[in-house]
Amino acid sequence: MNNVDSLMTSQRQRILRWQRWQDFFFEKTTMVFALSTLVALTGIIVSLFISSWPVLTTFGFEFFYTVEWDIINSKFGGLIAIFGTVATATIAILIALPLSFGIAVFLTETCPMSLRRPLGTAIELLAAVPSIIYGMFGLFVFAPLFAEYVQPALAGSLGQIPGVGILFTGAFNGIGILAAGLILAMMILPFIASVMRDVFEIVPPILKESAYGIGCTTWEVVTKIVLPYTKTGVVGGVMLGLGRALGETMAVTFVIGNAHKLSPSLFSPGNSIASTLANEFGEAEPGLHYASLFSLGLALFLITFVVLSLAKWMLIRAEAQKGIKS
Amino acid sequence: MKASTNMDLSIYAKRKRANFIGMVLSMSAMIIGLAFLLWILSILIFKGFSALSISMLTHSTPAPGSEGGGLANAIVGSLMIVLSCSLLSTPIGVLAGVYLSEYSDRSKIAEVTRFVNDIMLSAPSIVIGLFVYALIVVPSKHFSGWAGTIALSLIAIPVVVRTTENMLKLVPVSLREAAFALGAPKWKVSTSVVLKAAKSGVMTGLLLALARVSGETAPLLFTALNNQFFSTDMNKPMANLPVVIFQFAMSPYDNWVNLAWGGALLITLTVLALNIIARVVFREKVSV
Repeated sequence: MNNVDSLMTSQRQRILRWQRWQDFFFEKTTMVFALSTLVALTGIIVSLFISSWPVLTTFGFEFFYTVEWDIINSKFGGLIAIFGTVATATIAILIALPLSFGIAVFLTETCPMSLRRPLGTAIELLAAVPSIIYGMFGLFVFAPLFAEYVQPALAGSLGQIPGVGILFTGAFNGIGILAAGLILAMMILPFIASVMRDVFEIVPPILKESAYGIGCTTWEVVTKIVLPYTKTGVVGGVMLGLGRALGETMAVTFVIGNAHKLSPSLFSPGNSIASTLANEFGEAEPGLHYASLFSLGLALFLITFVVLSLAKWMLIRAEAQKGIKS
Repeated sequence: MKASTNMDLSIYAKRKRANFIGMVLSMSAMIIGLAFLLWILSILIFKGFSALSISMLTHSTPAPGSEGGGLANAIVGSLMIVLSCSLLSTPIGVLAGVYLSEYSDRSKIAEVTRFVNDIMLSAPSIVIGLFVYALIVVPSKHFSGWAGTIALSLIAIPVVVRTTENMLKLVPVSLREAAFALGAPKWKVSTSVVLKAAKSGVMTGLLLALARVSGETAPLLFTALNNQFFSTDMNKPMANLPVVIFQFAMSPYDNWVNLAWGGALLITLTVLALNIIARVVFREKVSV
């Protein structure tokens, strides 16, 4: 009897030890995989730094604010591309922000219940359309219409205002900074709209109901209750869209015109960091040209990293707020 | 008395007007969004269907300026790259999601990983292409299908991690406790109970990741590059739909542009179908 018992115990101990070992192994394996994204991020920053080192030692920090992009004489400056990236993304945000706010308000407040799901899905599908499709659409369909109708109209109206007018001068090509910004706006619109809809939905119904109860209109509820309550989340969503717009390649490359020129007019063709990379990287010779492209990549990554971190931080704060208040 | 009523009425009118304008504007924003989706889809269908043909599926990409040809090599290349990407990113992403949800809910390391993962979720895809170029293409001295696979996996993994973690967190704690009470070790609980319960949610994440990478062009430009000929060798440059569409659409040849529209239609239909399937899979789970 005693013998059997001790046999059981030793056997049980063996099994338990084996299971503990399995558990340890499984936990560490999953941890390694979880850390792989961390490794990837560090790897990206380190490898971009190493590859762009020749530029940083040759031109120094000047690279980021000089205009020359002379492949033959190996003189490089990234300002045109950086300007193009920032300008297109800014235009995109300025246009997409009010539109996506409207969509989010419509989906959370006015839309009939039975239509909320299908319409929300439609907006999410718009977000799923690959960016190259936006690019092709921009080049073949949007640009000709833009050149024929919109650009002359803009030049005739806004172009006549002193000061602002210079933004809307030049040839009506259909492609350029403004066209790229508009296509980008359409691309990030669904992203921002769905984040906004999600944060609008965390507003406790009781807050909205009390506002309606004292006779507020829908518009007043949205602007005075929902918006203040979800401020951080909304800004986070907008920053998320900005991050997308800054890093977008295909939608921009097709319509920006790919010209290394700095011009005050939004009609003129330009270049963004991503479009420069897409166009020139394939033909770049090893050396400074190549390293300059990597430096542009590094600049792009760092800019989006900061924007996305801010976005994330704000969304986390919005989430925490929801935990406290509701 | 009469004056105050009048004032009230004028305030009411003003507020009603503001409300009316706000609602009309928000509805027009919605209409603009929907109109844009319909516009893009109708252009794609209109231009894409006229390019679709049997020869598009059976012939390889034509030489510049020549007639005929198809996209067979690009379709096969894309399928191979996306398939190997999903084989690579599924285990990594799912296990990483298991770690975040089951093993380290509130630890510092999980917080940091989550943060970084969300950044990688929206990181510029062209920079990921640059990274893989420097990491794999430069040392091996040639473009390859594998490099493309790795670039796409770096984009897919964060999507899988995120959805897996969220889906596992939806599994009730009592289910885990019941399994523990029977004496099951934690790894067994995680794999056979929690993951199994969240199966359809995890599947949704995988499908969404697949949809995301099937349309990605930028990371493939410097990794898989392109190949004019039919090839199934993942160690060589590989034709793939997005890069072929990019190259063809930017070209001056009508035949190439036409093929690009055909390819664009194929890709968009695939991506939208994957998205819709993902939603259907998840809805079934919710209703159960």
